[in-house]
Amino acid sequence: MTQDTLLQSGPVSPQRAMQLLNRGVTYLIIFVLCVLFGFPLFWTVMSSLKTIPEMFSFPPILVPSIPQWANYWTVLNIDYPVGQWFVNSVMIVILTTLGTLITASLVAYSLARFEYRGRDVLFMITLSTMMLPAQVTLIPQFVLFYRLGWINTHLPLWVPHWLGGGAFAIFLMRQFFLTLPRDLDEAALIDGAGYFRIFWSILMPLCKPVLATLAIITIIASWSDFLGPLIYLNTPEKFTVSVGLQFFNAVPEVGGEPMQHLLMAACVMSMVPIILMFFFGQRFFVQGIVMSGIKG
Amino acid sequence: MAVAETGAPVGGAPDSKASLLSKLVGAQTPFQTKRALWGYVYAAPWILGLIIFWGGPIIASFYFGFTEYAVIGSPKFTGLSNYIRAFSGDELFWPSLGRTFTFAGMYIPFAVGGALILAILLNQKLMGTTVFRTLFFVPHLIPAVALAVLWTFLLAPRVGPVNEFLRGIGISDPPGWLASRDSALASVTMINVWAAMGGNTMLIFLAGLQGVPQELYDAASIDGGGAWAKFRHVTLPMLTPTIFFNVVLAVIGALKVFTTAWVATQGGPSYATWFFALHIYFQAFQYFRLGYGSALAWVLAAILIFFTWVQVRYSRRWVHYEGG
Repeated sequence: MTQDTLLQSGPVSPQRAMQLLNRGVTYLIIFVLCVLFGFPLFWTVMSSLKTIPEMFSFPPILVPSIPQWANYWTVLNIDYPVGQWFVNSVMIVILTTLGTLITASLVAYSLARFEYRGRDVLFMITLSTMMLPAQVTLIPQFVLFYRLGWINTHLPLWVPHWLGGGAFAIFLMRQFFLTLPRDLDEAALIDGAGYFRIFWSILMPLCKPVLATLAIITIIASWSDFLGPLIYLNTPEKFTVSVGLQFFNAVPEVGGEPMQHLLMAACVMSMVPIILMFFFGQRFFVQGIVMSGIKG
Repeated sequence: MAVAETGAPVGGAPDSKASLLSKLVGAQTPFQTKRALWGYVYAAPWILGLIIFWGGPIIASFYFGFTEYAVIGSPKFTGLSNYIRAFSGDELFWPSLGRTFTFAGMYIPFAVGGALILAILLNQKLMGTTVFRTLFFVPHLIPAVALAVLWTFLLAPRVGPVNEFLRGIGISDPPGWLASRDSALASVTMINVWAAMGGNTMLIFLAGLQGVPQELYDAASIDGGGAWAKFRHVTLPMLTPTIFFNVVLAVIGALKVFTTAWVATQGGPSYATWFFALHIYFQAFQYFRLGYGSALAWVLAAILIFFTWVQVRYSRRWVHYEGG
């Protein structure tokens, strides 16, 4: 570090040795962290392949002697409509994501490209909704959906997303629109294009990366949502994967037969789609978080 | 702007009716008026959404807070009695609030500090950074219910692998984790820290670290600064805006903690993890005391708004903005 060590020469200078040691320690820490983050996941997958005696054996068994791949098939054919939960979740996720992408980009287009009275106030109100806890609006929303007769339907879970998609989505899209040159719009306007055409044919194609980001974030949030389905859904056929798992977890031995290995299989099945999505869309996802975080 | 000005002569002199509309939308020419109107049209879904799902509910919930209301029937005005009951008649109110703060006090330093450490490690330009980053991030992707379920099994007092490991290294009497009254709160905190550390917070720190100019590190090296000095006098000050952003988000997240506690412990054992958000949920959606639940939600909102305000107010003392 000091002048002396810099001037010293030799096969391995103390500075170089110090660097190597640093590297080694860093790798060691990262290795420990990998175990800390990776082991619970590994253990969950292994548990989903165990038999019930293996699951409750003492001392615990790490790797099942014969992997019970059939657990994944069995879980879809038990008394609970597990397959239906997945169908429900997928439907809700698709409708939520479509609504968010379409309406948030329209609203963001308005906020980024049009001048009108109240626009900045609207934007400030939008941002401030991010600060308010969901609990405040939850109870009146429940009353509203109750009066509409929407309790125990999937409507409360996706319809609201078709009205702007929420503050975060609008904010993210607006920030992206602001980075696109305005000359594009004005040239198209002179050429006689209408505002919707400018939005749809010129700006939207340029928004593909941010739309991918928003889609991934929305899909993850919607798939994992627990409080919404917990409040609005009552019958097992209507459940999403999240509440279904909770239901499964809360009454594990309805037929007298323990099913914890199947619960673990269902857990893995609930994680896999989201993790795969992240692997394939990682670049977009990371960009989106960074964009919202830095400009926030 | 150029387009807007060329648009004016085409439309001719605005008549009085159009100019009233123009004034209303904050425009000067017919062209600008038309454009402003389109602006409203495209913003309409969200304006509607704000009224139906935010404005209306905020007013309604504020009103419900002063009523007795059980979905069926109509709200009955009872004045301040919900708030009086919360502060002086509800034996779960103060403990659940205190527990939520205890959780936040443990969660925020570990989650934000841990995320910072992970980001610094990943910023060393080591081999396999992308793989590590993905692995650290995966816990954040696990749906909260699955997260709680898998940790319930990992932390099972007798057959769980965590206690087996602890017994293996010579701890003969490992804790009961989620099953024990003394350790349940710490266990729920640990689960949440595990899931949050490598998540969005870490990614935001990574981006922040990459924004620190290399010249500053070079300058510090020339001045003879070691690794610690560089961290203390370059990285940390340059990162304060990012730390601030992450802390604000962590406070909001911590005070709303719900799902992991609900699934893993249902607030137990003997109320050890009965957080404030759980209390609201039980009052409103299990006992259908919507009026009382609304009052509780406003207490939470007031606390959140207060803390956000305090943080913004005092941020000037420690947050360093480049060029500002």
